[in-house]
Amino acid sequence: MKLAYWMYAGPAHIGTLRVASSFRNVHAIMHAPLGDDYFNVMRSTPERERDFTPVTASVVDRHVLARGSQEKVVNNISRKDEEQNPDLIVLTPTCTSSILQEDLQNFVDRASLSSESDVIPADVNHYRVNELQAADRTLEQITRFYLDRSRKQNTLDRSVTNIPSANIIGIFTLGFHNQHDCRELKRLPRESGIAINQVIPEGGSLKYLKDLSRAWFNTVPYREVGLMTATLLEEEYGMPYISITPMGISNTADFILQIGKLVNVWASAISEKKLNYELYVDNQTKFVSQAAWFSKSIDCQNLAGKEAAIFGDATHAASITKILVKEMGIRVSCSGTYCKHDAEWFNEQVQGLCDEVLITEDHTEVGDTTARIEPSAIFGTQMERHIGKRIDIPCGVISSPVHIQNFPLGYRPFLGHEGTNQIADLVYNSFNLGMEDHSLDVFGGHDTKEISAKSLSTNTKDINWTPEAESELNKIPGFVRGKIKKNTESFAIQNNISEITIDVTYMAKEKLSS
Amino acid sequence: MKTLEIPTFECETGNYHTFCPISCVAWLYQKIEDSSFLVVGTKTRGYFLQSALGVTIFAEPRYAMAELEEGDISAQLNDQEELERICLRVKNDRNPSVIIWIGTCTTEIIKMDLEGIAPKLEKQLGIPIVVARANGLDYAFTQGEDTALAAMTHRCPECNHRITDEEVNKAKLLVVDTDQNNNLFDRKKKLTTSNLVLFGSLPSSVASQLNLEPRRQSVCVSGWLPSQKYADLPALGKGVYVCGVNPFLSRTATTLMRRRKCQLIGAPFPIGPDGTRAWIEKICSAFDLKPDGLEERESQIWKSLSDYLEILTGKSIFFMGDNLLEISLARFLIRCGMVVYEVGIPYMDRRYQAAELLLLQCTCEKMKKPMPRIVEKPDNYSQVQRMHELQPDLAITGMAHANPLEARNIDTKWSVEFTFAQIHGFVNARDALELVTRPLRRRAESIYRCRNLSKQMVKG
Repeated sequence: MKLAYWMYAGPAHIGTLRVASSFRNVHAIMHAPLGDDYFNVMRSTPERERDFTPVTASVVDRHVLARGSQEKVVNNISRKDEEQNPDLIVLTPTCTSSILQEDLQNFVDRASLSSESDVIPADVNHYRVNELQAADRTLEQITRFYLDRSRKQNTLDRSVTNIPSANIIGIFTLGFHNQHDCRELKRLPRESGIAINQVIPEGGSLKYLKDLSRAWFNTVPYREVGLMTATLLEEEYGMPYISITPMGISNTADFILQIGKLVNVWASAISEKKLNYELYVDNQTKFVSQAAWFSKSIDCQNLAGKEAAIFGDATHAASITKILVKEMGIRVSCSGTYCKHDAEWFNEQVQGLCDEVLITEDHTEVGDTTARIEPSAIFGTQMERHIGKRIDIPCGVISSPVHIQNFPLGYRPFLGHEGTNQIADLVYNSFNLGMEDHSLDVFGGHDTKEISAKSLSTNTKDINWTPEAESELNKIPGFVRGKIKKNTESFAIQNNISEITIDVTYMAKEKLSS
Repeated sequence: MKTLEIPTFECETGNYHTFCPISCVAWLYQKIEDSSFLVVGTKTRGYFLQSALGVTIFAEPRYAMAELEEGDISAQLNDQEELERICLRVKNDRNPSVIIWIGTCTTEIIKMDLEGIAPKLEKQLGIPIVVARANGLDYAFTQGEDTALAAMTHRCPECNHRITDEEVNKAKLLVVDTDQNNNLFDRKKKLTTSNLVLFGSLPSSVASQLNLEPRRQSVCVSGWLPSQKYADLPALGKGVYVCGVNPFLSRTATTLMRRRKCQLIGAPFPIGPDGTRAWIEKICSAFDLKPDGLEERESQIWKSLSDYLEILTGKSIFFMGDNLLEISLARFLIRCGMVVYEVGIPYMDRRYQAAELLLLQCTCEKMKKPMPRIVEKPDNYSQVQRMHELQPDLAITGMAHANPLEARNIDTKWSVEFTFAQIHGFVNARDALELVTRPLRRRAESIYRCRNLSKQMVKG
């Protein structure tokens, strides 16, 4: 048993559901007790999804506990098949079904006899993997299923496309700025004459999965999800992949040069035309991205040597560390990730860039470390933002887990050249605010504080609050307390009441709301 | 159309969205100030809690997860030792007066003997440990509170008449005190020596408002379950009258009656002015009192709601059902002039809600509105189909469906808000309607060109 107040990565089934519901026309059925379909709320609230989340539960209740699911799961699958006619139904185990040890494969076999949809069980172990690992696994599983099938049916088209093309693997729902990153990622290769073959899983259609291997190469922008699929495609179809995250100027340049290398190998054979990627990178860095110039400008000089702490998923934390150190001259005192399963890679990436590396899933450890270091700014998840609030250090959010405010409507990619601009703004604003706060302290704060506090209450010389009424008043949330106090007092004055008791406060509320 | 006399109940597949009952932790830990909650379960529960509670999680809450790992499931680790280690840390970190263990589905399935371990650890640690089985196998959302309160019922002290007399005297003094320089209230001649305990967790300001209402009828409320502090749990026993303030507390009611020999006052729930009045009247009748000035007070409140009633009259509403407040809210809204198409509800205790159901029926007759169809264990998919046909003006629904329905041009109000907002008593009737009318008022102010904002193609 582990005492826990907070977790960075969710349980395994969340990962499976994120991948399944990102594909078009795929339905997931969870084998779970009532109330475990919380994923639907996450998709429809933070992600502001307009359509019903294609996830239902096959509810585990007392009867199931006593007699096993028997027909229930199979019936639920058939019912979904009839009602919504999805291309694929993914039967998703949860912690509950892991313990019950029901034979999900058997349910799937029986259900697929009668249903028109394909049915597969998600192959994830709740107690061994977390959300991200499960997502990675599920994506690979679905891809493998459809590739294997079309290979058996001989419908697999193994010729590469005429013009160079790429797949983007690992963009999916509830991912940190994934939608914006996807747009930016599609633009990057396109500008250098490369078509996008497919994006999976977001918006991907299963019937096209068999054409995945027609692309010249794959890109896996995020470390956490997509590598397994890319490896599968490399091993079985000989497709090379790029796993560099194009985040920051130098990473983006590396990413494009890597594309250049891959494309030019084939290009000379097919179209006998070599593309010059170095010139493209140079132009983009100079004119599209402002970040290179920004880090040279005197603004950024102020940031030199300032200390920062970084925490997040492996991809974002490592990339941001690189950007701060190499591109902005900021000192990173501590860089860390909660992706324990990927610790080795992370260590390698940030080695030599920061004073200490922190690999933990315990947010109190992150909080303690941050408090000890006292950096000028933190770059982390929503949790670090709250840690920052408590110890009065500004924080920029760079990674999941996040709140609804990190699903912005405006265009905010973290990847590519536009991404470098966004990151520069984020970094600069975080530090800048910190500086502003600091100088306010030096000059004794805003001089308007007192005045605005006074104007909230009327002249209250003649009015007494009984202790009970006062304690009642203190229960009211701070931001409306002043207003309620004022209203109650003016009510008392109107009615010639000299002492405010609890009764009077309610009378006032009743009168005022009528 | 259904006949007016017999309310009909339907039961569907139970495939509906609701919160896991462990969410009761969110409001109970705030209510019982000196408590500490420990949810014993897997990552799934923890993830639900932290996502559902959002901001409160960062405010150093007095609840935590005892996260079960593979070793716990396969019984390689000893439950008692593990819990002891964790409770010791909770004790050192937070120093609570009571630790409340919330059992989950996982503890049910692996049959962890929480009730057996608790007394042993209680002795060892010197802190009371209360066990509530708030799991998704048996319960929905607010029923979590029901299990917790039922468990706490056993911890209430035995009612001792001498002490309660003293308490009543004290209360009497208090009344005189506050009335002294306050001519706004009818001064009561004497206060009935009553022994009334109200049950249900409400924010303390709402609780004090509800205390006030029976007191105006000279009935003194001698205690609340739960109380603000664990140490102040009310005395129970023979001769104590109990009355519920929320419709989802049937287990607590049963436990109070059967185990503590209390007398239950079966009343409608004090939601809406009509409900509040009926609630007070029932309490008065239990103490053989004639309620005084209630009718006038009710009509006064209705008058003050007239601007909202104008918006609501004639509008139709559909409850998808997830928190068991549905019957009371439907009754209140019918009285406001709305037409209720369907009341979905996770679980319907016809005995505990009998008075409420009767009032619903009377309200329908009085307002000449059809009796709504009551659907137990609803099926969300079928409900959405029905909603497409009925096109209600407003749907009260969980957050999983709210945005998709809005995109399909059906106005929604999240049901969860009714659980957290202050909707009880005369004073808060306006707040309740504020919630209900918000989507309707918003609609009037915005301009729509697009009738349907769903990204899916519209089918035939």
